[in-house]
Amino acid sequence: MEDAAVEEAEVSGGAAEFAPALVAAHPLGRSVAVAVGPELRVFDLKASSAVSLSDNSGGGSHSDAIRAISFSANGALFASAGDDKLVKVWKTDSWCCIRTITSEKRVSAVAISNDGTYVTFADKFGVIWLVTMGESGGEQEPTDNKPVSIFGHYCSIITSMKFSPDGRFIATADRDFKIRITSLPKKPLRGAHEIQTLYRALPSHAFQKVRAFFCLEAVRLWDYINGCLLDTCQVRDKVGELLEPNETEDNNLSVADICPTNDGLLVAVAIQSLNGVMLLACDLIAKKLSFLKVVTTEKCYIPTSLSSSFSADLLWTVMGASNMPNQATSQLCTRLKIIPHFKKDPLAGCDHVPTVLEDSEVPHGEKLLLALQGSLDIAKQEEVLASVLAALKVSMHKMLVKKHYSEERREQRKRGRNDKKIKNRNARRGIFAASAITGLSPASDLPVEFHRKTMQFELDLDEILFPGSKNRYRCCLLSLLSALLLVSSLMRKGNDRELEFIPNPGEDG
Amino acid sequence: MASGDGANGGGGGGQGKLPRKRFYRARAHSNPLSDSHFPIPISPDEVDLSQHYPRYFPSGEGEARQGDAAVPRIRFADVGCGFGGLLVGLSTLFPDTLMIGMELRDKVTEYVKERILALRASNPGKYDNISVVRTNSMKYIPNYFRKAQLSKMFFLFPDPHFKEKNHRRRVISMQLLDEYAYVMEVGGIIYTITDVEELGEWMRSCLEKHPLFEAIPEEETKADPVVKLLSTATEEGQKVARNGGQTFQAIFRRISLQE
Repeated sequence: MEDAAVEEAEVSGGAAEFAPALVAAHPLGRSVAVAVGPELRVFDLKASSAVSLSDNSGGGSHSDAIRAISFSANGALFASAGDDKLVKVWKTDSWCCIRTITSEKRVSAVAISNDGTYVTFADKFGVIWLVTMGESGGEQEPTDNKPVSIFGHYCSIITSMKFSPDGRFIATADRDFKIRITSLPKKPLRGAHEIQTLYRALPSHAFQKVRAFFCLEAVRLWDYINGCLLDTCQVRDKVGELLEPNETEDNNLSVADICPTNDGLLVAVAIQSLNGVMLLACDLIAKKLSFLKVVTTEKCYIPTSLSSSFSADLLWTVMGASNMPNQATSQLCTRLKIIPHFKKDPLAGCDHVPTVLEDSEVPHGEKLLLALQGSLDIAKQEEVLASVLAALKVSMHKMLVKKHYSEERREQRKRGRNDKKIKNRNARRGIFAASAITGLSPASDLPVEFHRKTMQFELDLDEILFPGSKNRYRCCLLSLLSALLLVSSLMRKGNDRELEFIPNPGEDG
Repeated sequence: MASGDGANGGGGGGQGKLPRKRFYRARAHSNPLSDSHFPIPISPDEVDLSQHYPRYFPSGEGEARQGDAAVPRIRFADVGCGFGGLLVGLSTLFPDTLMIGMELRDKVTEYVKERILALRASNPGKYDNISVVRTNSMKYIPNYFRKAQLSKMFFLFPDPHFKEKNHRRRVISMQLLDEYAYVMEVGGIIYTITDVEELGEWMRSCLEKHPLFEAIPEEETKADPVVKLLSTATEEGQKVARNGGQTFQAIFRRISLQE
């Protein structure tokens, strides 16, 4: 009971959901985008200035937390989507929004096909929608450019979506641990129905690049063409070793994000409750995924999102949350850190552990931090960071881990169900009636069970006649009397046990 | 009414005695969307076939046969098998094919289990190729079957879920057909039947719209001995026939994608 009360409190207390901050780096290293809450912050690395976004798509700007951002493979397009049910597609040269698509449901994942023709997004019901960008590429479909649902997962939130590097497949993962690789037909507007492979891995947060797949808790390496599991790296155990025992709350060690390098030789993993980034070496020939090292950051920095561009060797990490309840300023707090030399060769050879760049070492310095973090002195606001951290812990956990109810809690909920109440009431009535007839006490002596569906009583006659035997007889309420009469006659005939039995129909209400 | 012979009741059903349905009464419906609390194999490799088909997988031999290419695999799946009437009918029709029933309701699964055990005991050498598993096939189909493993799938008298709000609970839908197509081999056949006209139309239209299925011409279905079983073998089918009701079938073949 107490347990239940605590749980309720937790649920209502966390009603204000925090969306973790997201980071995405332009594949060619031209710009970096950070999304926190409804805010999208972009910094142009070439021009070394913050970008002001413009919008001539006619749609409004994001009004609720952004949940997914993504660059297209060539970097020409950028998509953002979130809880406000808007999917916005931006041109990255001018940072001008060219399309705003309204989804029916809240959007949890977004991806752009490699050639930039299609934008796909997934809603909270597990349906994947596809929109054609630009002039509907010669296809003679009657498109009024509305999103078309191409396939769906079975009523589960999509956590991640990616196109394969060769553009032949689209990969989706949901909260029910399913990862699905769907081959993308030539005319995807008609729907994509051919599944290349389908896994049910435990639990899921899938990312895919370079023939590889990764998911929550353990990072797994998959061959997505053949659908076989190549290797599993139990990062959870590893973190458990690294952290002090009292720091490891078992349920807080999920993989928050992963980011492989372009060649797929190195994988960066952000883990809930790990102040740093774990690096895994990935050997695609030997099909091995092995732990390399951990880049630690200061205590109160736990990255929520990772990104790297193909060209530059920088791994961008970000921490932050939207809707902070006790935040005095309107400023949404994020913290950005960069890990240099995100490449396998310099890392693998020696004991050299890359360190996180100090704020002063960050390329473009203060300008970049100001643009992406929102303010410069965030690092000094220890309290703010700590509160962000606490909020993130809860929200990330909620987002990544499906809620589990204990056996007792489930039973308790069932007990409160309306149909059960009726059942119990009717059963009580019947038992009282029966007990009035037989003279046995209504509490437990009388073996009668009531079935609501059939409106029948199940009378355990043998429990009266031959205690211990299993036979059961059913009768409806009206015939309960005659059944009991039968009992009495049976008892008189065949049984030498003496039991006072006075049938008295008048007493049955 | 208080009736029935005392010797033959009992949940367990003694050696060779068929279990009796009245002792396995279950709620008519089960929520397919709820989180499941029964064990599910993580992958098809973890399905222990020796438990289901002891005659095909004698104990102790399991390891040795792993590498064998001729290891029999489950070929037919009866999704929502209910009390298992179809399985029993198919078992003698295809004595060398492994088939499995999938049922979400716990008590019903128990009944089918007992029924199969009793049938095996009273007919030695028969009914060794059928089994049943309690699972939510709408969620966990890929946990039981590999790609292109099944040659026949059956959906007999599924829950109609009339309300539009509940259409997503229907066992045949565009989304789920993707998964069924995944576990079925090209050329495999999907059988659906219902006594609810609305649902019959829904299932037919889903299958017609799906690019990986094509309708089987009527004369071909007439020759198929399985089709007769659809309406006669199952308990639901017999009930419909008793009441003189109409049934609506949709029988489609899994084809490879044509672009």
